[in-house]
Amino acid sequence: MDFAFTKEQLMFKKEIIRFAKKEIVPRVQEYDLNEAFDFESFRKLGDFGILGLHFPETYGGSGADVVTTVMAGEALGEAGVDGGLTLAYGAHSFLCADTILRHATEEQRQRYLPKLISGEWIGCMGLTEPDAGSDVASMKTTAEKKGDKYVLNGSKIFITNGPIADVAVVYAKTDPSQKHAGISAFIVEKGTKGFAAGAPLIKMGVRTSQTSELFFNNCEIPEENLLGKEGEGFNMSLQTVEWDRSALLAPFVGAAKYMLNSCADYARKREQFGRPIGKFQAVKHKLANIRIFAEASQSLAYKIAWCKDQGRPLNHLEAAVAKLFVGDWSIGPANDAMVVFGGYGFCHEYNMERIFRDSRLAPIGGGTSDIQKMIISKII
Amino acid sequence: MEILVCVKRVPDTAENEIEINSEGNDIERDDLVYSVNEWDNYAVEEAIQIVDKVGGSVTVVTVGDEESEEVLRREMAMGAQNGLLLTDDGFEGADGKGTASILAAAVKKGNYDLILTGAQADDGAAEVGGMLAAMLDYPYASLVNTIETQDGKLKVGREVEGGNQDMYEIELPCVLSIQTGINEPRYVGIRGIRKVASVEIPEYGASDLGIDASSVGGDAAKVKRMDYFMPEMGEGAEMLEGSTEEIIEKLIEYLKAKGGLK
Repeated sequence: MDFAFTKEQLMFKKEIIRFAKKEIVPRVQEYDLNEAFDFESFRKLGDFGILGLHFPETYGGSGADVVTTVMAGEALGEAGVDGGLTLAYGAHSFLCADTILRHATEEQRQRYLPKLISGEWIGCMGLTEPDAGSDVASMKTTAEKKGDKYVLNGSKIFITNGPIADVAVVYAKTDPSQKHAGISAFIVEKGTKGFAAGAPLIKMGVRTSQTSELFFNNCEIPEENLLGKEGEGFNMSLQTVEWDRSALLAPFVGAAKYMLNSCADYARKREQFGRPIGKFQAVKHKLANIRIFAEASQSLAYKIAWCKDQGRPLNHLEAAVAKLFVGDWSIGPANDAMVVFGGYGFCHEYNMERIFRDSRLAPIGGGTSDIQKMIISKII
Repeated sequence: MEILVCVKRVPDTAENEIEINSEGNDIERDDLVYSVNEWDNYAVEEAIQIVDKVGGSVTVVTVGDEESEEVLRREMAMGAQNGLLLTDDGFEGADGKGTASILAAAVKKGNYDLILTGAQADDGAAEVGGMLAAMLDYPYASLVNTIETQDGKLKVGREVEGGNQDMYEIELPCVLSIQTGINEPRYVGIRGIRKVASVEIPEYGASDLGIDASSVGGDAAKVKRMDYFMPEMGEGAEMLEGSTEEIIEKLIEYLKAKGGLK
């Protein structure tokens, strides 16, 4: 067992923080207030190589391992990048592009991956439906084979990047009589007739990410847009879940470090009763709480990354534990961070309330905490 | 063109709260995060761009200890082909002249057409570039913010007071100190970092360079720091009060009195 990062990883992490602080973080507050997607920062992530870190170099990626990829997400959060942009990056790179990398034909990869990795195109994944959230198998969207085409009908909801995506990986039933085994995955491009995205939903947190419904109304796509074979969709979605619970969680881990650094700095400078508030036990304990959460959640997120790098195919227990811990246990430290800042903590300008809002997605998105507990108890 | 860029590992002022140590003769260095001096990134970027255009290679050099290797590797990951670490226990405590002497010895061992430094270092006195040029008897331009390559010479622009620009022709080999803003230094991606991870960086000590360490290290320093302190808080700014019109009137009055408005 080796908990050490390589020199190269540490140098890269330092560089990401430097990049993010200079290029992205100064824009975060404005975009969060306006609930707007920051296209420029997203493209900069592409230029810098973040969007394609773990993808092979042949598609414009960097061929990095999973630990380095998780580290990049952590570094963005640690630098102060908002949860909305990191979520958009996660949905794009891991839920959309990675599924294409793993299951598409070479021709499909060539068509989509270079543009997704550079950030020229934005990707999303359509899995959740109004009546199929945790219960994926009850999805109602269908894909009917007609000649050399599939015809999609139905709708999706809570789709990160939905309103801005150029490419969607969409799950639909090719055999509605079956449950999991009837689900297949397709690539649908923006502009396809019968495919539309709804208006962005107004959300409590991760507000710079754009979330919407997707609608399919007799949407015809060529048969070669099927990913893998018919009926393989559910297993593909299970593989993305691991990314959902490691690389997508990493920015929350980083955000805990950002809170810790901000609070420690503030507690040193802010004086009340004649001394810095960091001298008071009540504040010290809050800082300790944030630190404990940061350490524990970091270990859990990297454990999944390590498992993936070892070639272990599916790590549901590790993923569920990490997802549940970050989701449920982040509320205390995120609240502590706001309180350390007092009245300022409640104000947008000091970022703590935004991180609190952003962190509230963690127990819900990508499988609720209740579902994680169900998975964990089943494995026991 | 063979280009040598002198870089320095310095406390990262963006990442650290700088405090004076208890002896009052230095900053508290125990928990500092170090990075490459910001100006040096511009010099390295410029060197890479020149080599991209006219061919040749870029070597980054630093005077420091083992830990300075990290900054060399970072600059190599940007695109510099070679690194060179000048390290010797006897170099410790070198002043600007000592550092320039060590660098001059390294320049003489190589075959460089152009030597670049950052205009200054975060923790320095902007003196090494000029001294290095003098020791080498090379022409020198400071605060350079444009470079155009020509046959056997360069056309360089210098930033001067009042937003003005000087243009010079300078013969190679020469030393230039590079001002920020000359370009947009690139960030270093994982591919670049991996590429240079196992490249060997030669180390030269005093004997390799043919210099006497006692003539360049701390004992030989002719400039010594006597004191180190945070400046006393001066008088605060004056807040103008009154209606908007009154404030504007007062402001104009002050600007006229101080020469800001004619």
